[in-house]
Amino acid sequence: MDYFAQQLINGIALGSIYGLIAIGYTMVYGIVGMINFAHGDIFMIGGFIALISFLVLVSIGVTAVPVVLLLVLIVAMATTALYGWTVERIAYRPLRHSFRLAPMLSAIGMSFVLSNFSQVSQGARIKSIAPIITGGYTLFETGGFAVRLSNIQIFIVLTTVALLLAFSWLVGRTRLGRDMRACEQDQTMAALLGVDVDRTISMTFVIGAALASVAGLMYLLYYGVVDFFMGFVAGIKAFTAAVLGGIGSLPGAMLGGLAIGLIETFWAAYFSSEYKDVAAFSILIVVLIFLPTGLLGRPEVEKV
Amino acid sequence: MAHPSSDTHSAAPPHGFAFILRRALISAAIALVLFALMIGVRTEAGPTGVLIYWTRFGDLAALVGAVFVGSIIVELIRTFLGPVEIARRVPDGLRNGLSALRRFAVPALLVFAVLIPVIFYQQRYILDLSILVLTYVMLGWGLNIVVGLAGLLDLGYVAFYAVGAYSYALLSTTFGLSFWICLPLAGILAAFWGMMLGFPVLRLKGDYLAIVTLAFGEIIRIVLLNWQSLTGGPNGISGIPRPTAFGIPLTAGPDGLAARLGIPFSPTHRIVFLFYLILALALLTNWATIRLRRLPIGRAWEALREDEVACRALGINTVVTKLTAFALGAMFGGFAGAFFATRQGFISPESFSFQESALVLAIVVLGGMGSQLGVALAAVAMIGGFELFRGFDQYRMLVFGVAMVLLMIWRPRGLIGHRAPSVYLARRDAIAADLVKEGHG
Repeated sequence: MDYFAQQLINGIALGSIYGLIAIGYTMVYGIVGMINFAHGDIFMIGGFIALISFLVLVSIGVTAVPVVLLLVLIVAMATTALYGWTVERIAYRPLRHSFRLAPMLSAIGMSFVLSNFSQVSQGARIKSIAPIITGGYTLFETGGFAVRLSNIQIFIVLTTVALLLAFSWLVGRTRLGRDMRACEQDQTMAALLGVDVDRTISMTFVIGAALASVAGLMYLLYYGVVDFFMGFVAGIKAFTAAVLGGIGSLPGAMLGGLAIGLIETFWAAYFSSEYKDVAAFSILIVVLIFLPTGLLGRPEVEKV
Repeated sequence: MAHPSSDTHSAAPPHGFAFILRRALISAAIALVLFALMIGVRTEAGPTGVLIYWTRFGDLAALVGAVFVGSIIVELIRTFLGPVEIARRVPDGLRNGLSALRRFAVPALLVFAVLIPVIFYQQRYILDLSILVLTYVMLGWGLNIVVGLAGLLDLGYVAFYAVGAYSYALLSTTFGLSFWICLPLAGILAAFWGMMLGFPVLRLKGDYLAIVTLAFGEIIRIVLLNWQSLTGGPNGISGIPRPTAFGIPLTAGPDGLAARLGIPFSPTHRIVFLFYLILALALLTNWATIRLRRLPIGRAWEALREDEVACRALGINTVVTKLTAFALGAMFGGFAGAFFATRQGFISPESFSFQESALVLAIVVLGGMGSQLGVALAAVAMIGGFELFRGFDQYRMLVFGVAMVLLMIWRPRGLIGHRAPSVYLARRDAIAADLVKEGHG
């Protein structure tokens, strides 16, 4: 029971990270209708930017933890958002009316570009930092097994909730959000009614990348490591989360992220940690076979 | 200003020098922000294990400068060429010329391929490279059945390559079976796995299919990596038997092929034998594909690629059609895998990463999806291009990624190929098949 509670906490923290990445996938899929394969690598870039800006800030004498975190968050979000914008501008926009496979393949190419760019520029070795947010609470203790809730887990969940609230306000209440929803339904009609489709799609990538960079920062804080290859697996898992929740649905992405985080954590805890990725990928396959629209997705009607 | 609207539309806005400069400055500014931290600061674990960093502002300045100059050049080219949309459709005359050329090119290339070991007998490097290229030609042709003909986007093709390689490695090292018995077994096992993948994904389309096949490929790789007792885990399987010329070993011993033929032994014999083996296997793949295209099942694949709903409405069994495509594509992947295992003598999960799948898919797409000649030439171009970057290993995948993006922007339909159905009406339709939107299959 205690073990279970501990794994539940760990799973929710991990699931929050997956959920934030999944939002980027689900938004882009909803509007442009493509799997942004490079999104996992945007997450990785976000982690790297956070790491580097953290190092630089500490070395110039900024040591107060809240100030550092805030500055790192801002730098990482801004820079990674620009990465998202650039990727869309270079690799996806020229292909918008190309044939079906073109954006997908271009995205795979972009994914290689990003991961190998960071390998070339920052080296192939895993970078690790000492924990920044330390401490935590012991919730309850029975038979020598303490269920702990660490401050970093609280930070992750609170940040995720705050970002989700801000994000739902953005989509539901602002002009940009309305444009995004309009583009999702019908790009041509939205353009006819004065929505700047190009700009809206760009903004979608920018927001998705910013959220992914926060996920990258949280991954860095939680595990203390980044490496150039982490975007690939995290990207597939986050995509699995988006599919599980119903692609195109924002609450679904978060729900799917939590589900994947929990499943992976429990699998690693009770079965084998080597095969935890297999568990996540198998879920992707099973969900697509039995529940192609996901938990909260709308069924897609094929018109002839 | 009689026709203001036509004025603004017909004449492109004058791209003066100020305009070009402004755009270049914006690009450079963006590059500066993008690269400031990733290039300008280099992190590495210091001597005590704590992460340290040093700055590389010289590299950063050079890169930003390169973006600035490059952007000016691109803008200048654009201004001089004007806003021309590159004609995607090749003119008919050129196309006829090309097809005439193709008629001679295919036999010429074939003769050249057969003669490679004769011409380059002394250059071991070229022989090895040709074997590698032919392996990818075969993989490309195998995947072409799934992607090019049936239109099913498969990102996990390397899984079948792995199944073939491990089948041969395990069967030969455990049971001592010979290559010629294992080769068909490897193909059958891979085809079986192709069916295993194909069955659950029957209902999936497009991007979903792509991501599931990718997940399948990763599952296979992770299982190979972790099933220590069977596959040796990350250490792989070594000591895989070399192929024999139908039972006669290619060794220096008294019962070796060289001794029996009464010629002096040379290690190149085995390379030449491997070369002809993979050439034969690749040509078998090609021959099977060409023949299958003329059979009802091949027609059904192409129909499925064009429009699945119409296919079903016409009474084509899409289940059988998809499964045969997966199984046959996988079977040829399995043959190639068995060949790979016997050539290397050592295999490990590292050889079967997602990058391999992406490379083979890039070959198929570059070759024009469906064109046999195109796939072969694309394999030569891709692997040749990779070899050019042999000295700069870490930049190899970076350049590959950039090439993939640029290729999709400039020639999304591949360098040579155009998606022509095998059967078409003698009278040209008002709307040709390559003008309409591709069906989602």
